[in-house]
Amino acid sequence: MKTLLEIEGISKSFGSVIANEDISLTVKEGEILALLGENGAGKSTLVKAVFGLVRPDAGTIKINGTVMESGDTAAAIASGVGMVHQHFQLVPVMSVTENLILGDEPKRFGVVNIKQAKKEALALSEKYGLEVDPDAIIEDLPVGMAQRVEILKALRRDVKLLILDEPTAVLTPQETDELLEVLRNLAKRGVGILFITHKLREVMAVADRIAVLRGGKLMGTTTPKESSESKLAQMMVGREVVLRVEKSVAKPKEVLLSIKNLRVNDDRKLESVRDVSLEVHAGEILGIAGVEGNGQRELVEAICSMRSRLSGEVIVKGKAIPNLNPRAAHLAGVSHIPEDREKHGLVTSYSIADNLVLNRFDQAPFANGWIRSLEEVASNGEALVEKFDIRAPNASLSAGSLSGGNKQKVVVARELSQQLDVVVAAQPTRGVDVGSIEFIHNQLIAARDAGAAVLLVSAELDEILSLADRIAVISNGKIVAIFSSKEADRNTIGRLMAGLAS
Amino acid sequence: MKLRTSHYLIIAFLAAFTYFYSKDGLVATSVLYTAIQFALPLALAAMVGVMCERTGVVNIGIEGTMLISAFTAFFAGAILKNTVQGMLVGVFTGAMMGLLLALMAVNWKMDQIIAGVILNILAAGVTSFYYRQNYSIPSTLDPIDLPVVGAWPILGPVLSFHGPITYFGIFFILGLWFALYKTSWGLRSRAVGEHPSSADTAGVSVTRLRYLNVTAAGAVGGLAGSYLALEAVGIFERGFTAGKGFTALAIMIFGRWNPLGALAAALFFGLTQAVTNQLMIDEVVEIPPQFINMLPYILTIVVLAISAGKVRPPAAEGIPYEKEKS
Repeated sequence: MKTLLEIEGISKSFGSVIANEDISLTVKEGEILALLGENGAGKSTLVKAVFGLVRPDAGTIKINGTVMESGDTAAAIASGVGMVHQHFQLVPVMSVTENLILGDEPKRFGVVNIKQAKKEALALSEKYGLEVDPDAIIEDLPVGMAQRVEILKALRRDVKLLILDEPTAVLTPQETDELLEVLRNLAKRGVGILFITHKLREVMAVADRIAVLRGGKLMGTTTPKESSESKLAQMMVGREVVLRVEKSVAKPKEVLLSIKNLRVNDDRKLESVRDVSLEVHAGEILGIAGVEGNGQRELVEAICSMRSRLSGEVIVKGKAIPNLNPRAAHLAGVSHIPEDREKHGLVTSYSIADNLVLNRFDQAPFANGWIRSLEEVASNGEALVEKFDIRAPNASLSAGSLSGGNKQKVVVARELSQQLDVVVAAQPTRGVDVGSIEFIHNQLIAARDAGAAVLLVSAELDEILSLADRIAVISNGKIVAIFSSKEADRNTIGRLMAGLAS
Repeated sequence: MKLRTSHYLIIAFLAAFTYFYSKDGLVATSVLYTAIQFALPLALAAMVGVMCERTGVVNIGIEGTMLISAFTAFFAGAILKNTVQGMLVGVFTGAMMGLLLALMAVNWKMDQIIAGVILNILAAGVTSFYYRQNYSIPSTLDPIDLPVVGAWPILGPVLSFHGPITYFGIFFILGLWFALYKTSWGLRSRAVGEHPSSADTAGVSVTRLRYLNVTAAGAVGGLAGSYLALEAVGIFERGFTAGKGFTALAIMIFGRWNPLGALAAALFFGLTQAVTNQLMIDEVVEIPPQFINMLPYILTIVVLAISAGKVRPPAAEGIPYEKEKS
């Protein structure tokens, strides 16, 4: 097999942060190389350098033996590099076809031939078995579908080397399996694939070779055969990681959160939570298992009073929470770890310390009447950074400068470092690296053991199975079954999630 | 909204037309004729905004661009004793203003509102400092008597006998619409204005396209300024543009960043202005002229208040594009 990509001695730093340090790697034709590493290990920077989106400080990148000009995206595309970005590079208001042809449009005298473009789009999706509607507008598409468009966009330009930057971070388990299948097929056609992830299961399933990065350095390459999930985790984190959650048996007490006949609309004004009633006891974790988009988001937002309830009640410690008043929900004792941390969890331009008091900045000891006590805020910040292992030089840096896992730790630290009654955690470990997942899981269990009622919503069934004491399965906005963790069975739950009666 | 804009326009047009035509056919056609004259500079100025904002650059310096272009067009025309050469100087001046904005907004990644304010202050300062009295241009640009169309009943006198910039301007607006929605330049420009990193990763240079469009838009602003000085009035005064560049921004928003929508909105504005003018002349309404003159501005506020919440600007407008983000 011919070598497609040769990375030789790449180094890159952003200010004082070293993102890549003397990294050398190769990818051959038809090979799937998984690039594994924690958040902030420098994986994205490295592949962006290959694609010409980042200019490395030192080192060379060769594609098919030719040295590439650094920072030249057009040249990288021309030599057959395609990239599927972590944040989709799609114009949300344009159609699938328009996004596919952007930058290389079929045209005559500068006028775009949209009919031919549509034909091309259809032919392309047929050729690779990736079904899409060429007329659909990107912002209306579900995430998995939008990702297909991203992949097709790369394939349209005859890619020889396809780079995927954490493609599965946003996908449901089913969509992930589909994607892995697509990658295998592409590799069979001779496409070299460079695949970034921090999910060990995927790496073991699909990679031919595995390269592990830590702290900007290459820790070594291996293959799935020579390695194991725990070995890889250790390489990534630099210490032993417990992949299984250790927890004692729950000792549930009184009901702290009770939801009665809740009905909620989604953004399209369709009823997506249909008559849900649930009770969560002090000292237990209730997991909500379900395929994404079955009403979980609306349920969580309605509990936290961020979304209007059509009918029904949310009662915390015997007190009903008023509609559309997140502050009242917070004061009643609801801690919320939101699904979208960038949008609902953090003000990224504020400092870490400020973000750590976002929900209580106006209460003692962080404020004295109208005046903020900045010293208290700062010392609280330093203390929580330390306690929750947030990897930041100091708490006065902006929260936006942190990596994804550390951003999530800031949210978790804020929400779990107060009086704990009810904790609502939505996808608490999405896009978070192995080391941080372990930490967040332990924090949730600690909250439970401290007597909080924890409602855990996750698209990862494994996470639910390992953390929850009781498991409620949601499908199409309805709770279709509730199991205790002892009687929970992966297959049964999977079938219920998919909407099949058991 | 696009539909509603045209609905307003048609209703306003029919109401005004029946009213005047029932009184006097000549007056009716003259009102429509002046409506086009009022509308054209607003429409062209709105195109400046459309071209800039569609590629993601906010341009609130349209007023200044028009003012300084009107100034250079007029004085170049007077000194060279050639109106056409004056117009070319005006267009060139506009392009230079566009280039300056591109330099500030794209290269230096300045706040684009501040960059626009700089253009406006620069223009106001230069044009009043170097303003001299007792200059005149040889003649305004000659109106064109359209063959065939000119002989049409009712519409003939409305559409014919406008100046060359008017006709060019209308064709330009139609062409811009076509280019924006049907050509690869348009597709790329819109992508750059909505989501520049996707254009960049597709190999489209965000910087180059923003420079090109903002500079070309400046030239269009220069043409709008030249129209005022050389085709519509034939003079230049301090503060000559009287806020038309700002009204144009409202028109752009009302027209949903669409050239045809903005043209319709400009015609609507032009018509209200022409009708109120006529009402004043006829002394139908006893309102002090100062209040009548306020009408376009009040209308701007009302229109923006009605449409502001419902329209969706290009997503990336006003945000300098940073290529290297880790």
